[in-house]
Amino acid sequence: MVEDRPLTSILTHFVLILGVIAIALPIWITFVAATHDELRMNQVPLPLWPGTHLLDNLTQTLFGAGLSGSQGAPVWLMLLNSLAMAMMISFGKIAISLLSAFAIVYFRFPFRMTCFWMIFITLMLPVEVRILPTFEVVANLGMLNSYWGLSIPLIASATATFMFRQVFLTVPDEMLESARIDGAGPMRFFFDILLPLSRTNIAALFVILFIFGWTQSFWPLLITTDTSMTTIVMSIKQMLEAAEQSPQWNIIMTTALLARIPPIFVVISMQKLFVQGLTETDK
Amino acid sequence: MAEIKLTDLTKSYGSTEVLHHVEGDINDGEFIVIVGPSGCGKSTLLRMVAGLETVTSGEIRIGDRRVNELEPSARDIAMVFQNYALYPHMSVRENMAYGLKIRKLSKAEINKRVEEAAEILEIGQYLDRKPRQLSGGQRQRVAMGRAIVRDPQVFLFDEPLSNLDAKLRVQMRLEIRKLQQRLGVTSIYVTHDQVEAMTLGDRLMVLNGGYVEQFGTPIELYDRPASVFVAGFLGSPAMNFIPAIVEADGVGFARRHKTGRRTGASG
Ligand SMILES: Nc1ncnc2c1ncn2[C@@H]1O[C@H](COP(=O)(O)OP(=O)(O)O)[C@@H](O)[C@H]1O
Ligand SMILES: [Mg+2]
Repeated sequence: MVEDRPLTSILTHFVLILGVIAIALPIWITFVAATHDELRMNQVPLPLWPGTHLLDNLTQTLFGAGLSGSQGAPVWLMLLNSLAMAMMISFGKIAISLLSAFAIVYFRFPFRMTCFWMIFITLMLPVEVRILPTFEVVANLGMLNSYWGLSIPLIASATATFMFRQVFLTVPDEMLESARIDGAGPMRFFFDILLPLSRTNIAALFVILFIFGWTQSFWPLLITTDTSMTTIVMSIKQMLEAAEQSPQWNIIMTTALLARIPPIFVVISMQKLFVQGLTETDK
Repeated sequence: MAEIKLTDLTKSYGSTEVLHHVEGDINDGEFIVIVGPSGCGKSTLLRMVAGLETVTSGEIRIGDRRVNELEPSARDIAMVFQNYALYPHMSVRENMAYGLKIRKLSKAEINKRVEEAAEILEIGQYLDRKPRQLSGGQRQRVAMGRAIVRDPQVFLFDEPLSNLDAKLRVQMRLEIRKLQQRLGVTSIYVTHDQVEAMTLGDRLMVLNGGYVEQFGTPIELYDRPASVFVAGFLGSPAMNFIPAIVEADGVGFARRHKTGRRTGASG
């Protein structure tokens, strides 16, 4: 829109502000709830301004047993578990997709296109669909209650493979030929030329995959029984259900607040590369 | 330094043959231009010498080695591409040093060679820039620098000047020629521009539809074209043709205009 009339200007701003409120209000309420004590949180009306108990809540959530009267793991351990899982999923996905895209684009081997389509078809088989066989395989491999079990079944990724394939196809053939004349073997070409050329795409994908991994709740719920392997996202759900008494909103909201920090950190720290990936045209 | 021998060279993609029985001996230190219309197989021939395309049949020798089965990096050649093919994420210095690093030359030796090449090509002040911060002409020089530092037996050029503007092209053409004479490295240069070909080459190989029409010095080609194609392709302004038919009337050849009027010429 290039129009610049005051009325449209007011209208667009109104819509934008409404959007910001819709997104920011729940976050604000989470924050406010994390600053009051348990008692205040069970009275109506709910507070809309921060209280004074943020530090108490933080220490109890992070290092205490979380909910009073429950046997849950301390939240710092859950954060660590979530971080390990999200990192393993994103790095694993990126590494495997890079390598399979590399194989499909740069090598001529029998059944190359068959392989490509087989990878592509797995798009139709997310964890939720193959839950029973996958669980059985993981159980038989003895990977229940381990980081491997949490991450490996989620690592194969057709979307990322497809994306890197498209990226590699935009790299001019002469780049490979030049590298061959320079004496670079396949892996050298991969690490010295292809990886640096796709680094902005890798960064963008990392952001998306990290958040995908971080927000997993269904799969971790299935394969972890040991409380020391609980991830933070699944623990929030459990906290809500665990309450025989009324939910301890201050603790739950503090946990939610903490769970939000790593993804935000990842997004902000990757933002520069992310934007570069969108604006950079040279390849 | 080396001579190159092409013997009965053929290239097919699937069932279509794009190069037919190419023969040619290139002397040590010679500057050969392969010229011909677009799609006639010039690049294919050059890339076969480079090792970027397989040889369907025939033999390529560089120096005293048969190179058919050798990897490009083992053939001791350097190539300059039309789009330069510089590595965009590496500085000019790294671009030139990359091949040497892989060959595990010492840091000091690499530095020495890069500085020398930069000096020759007058790109010393750009060494720490990225390719995208250079103009077309400067990128062209970097691509040449990357070829020079390798100190190869053969330079291969695939239309290296066609992305430059007309004025710069003339200037770079001269520089390439001088550089080649100074270094004395056997070179094969591909172009579709006959002026470029006539002014650059010691000898020209004229290709048409995958056949070698003629292989000789510019003057030979100009004075004694081996075919109508060669005669028509070279020279500016173009040669005049007069349609004629050969008659066996016992006297010799007779030329006849389309009107049918005899114009003589008997022997
Ligand atoms: N990879 C390929 N597969 C099939 N045909 C090809 C391939 N590369 C080149 N050709 C064909 O070979 C012929 C010569 O191509 P090329 O050597 O690039 O011509 P030019 O003289 O313009 O450099 C063309 O007719 C082209 O269509
Ligand atoms: Mg060509």
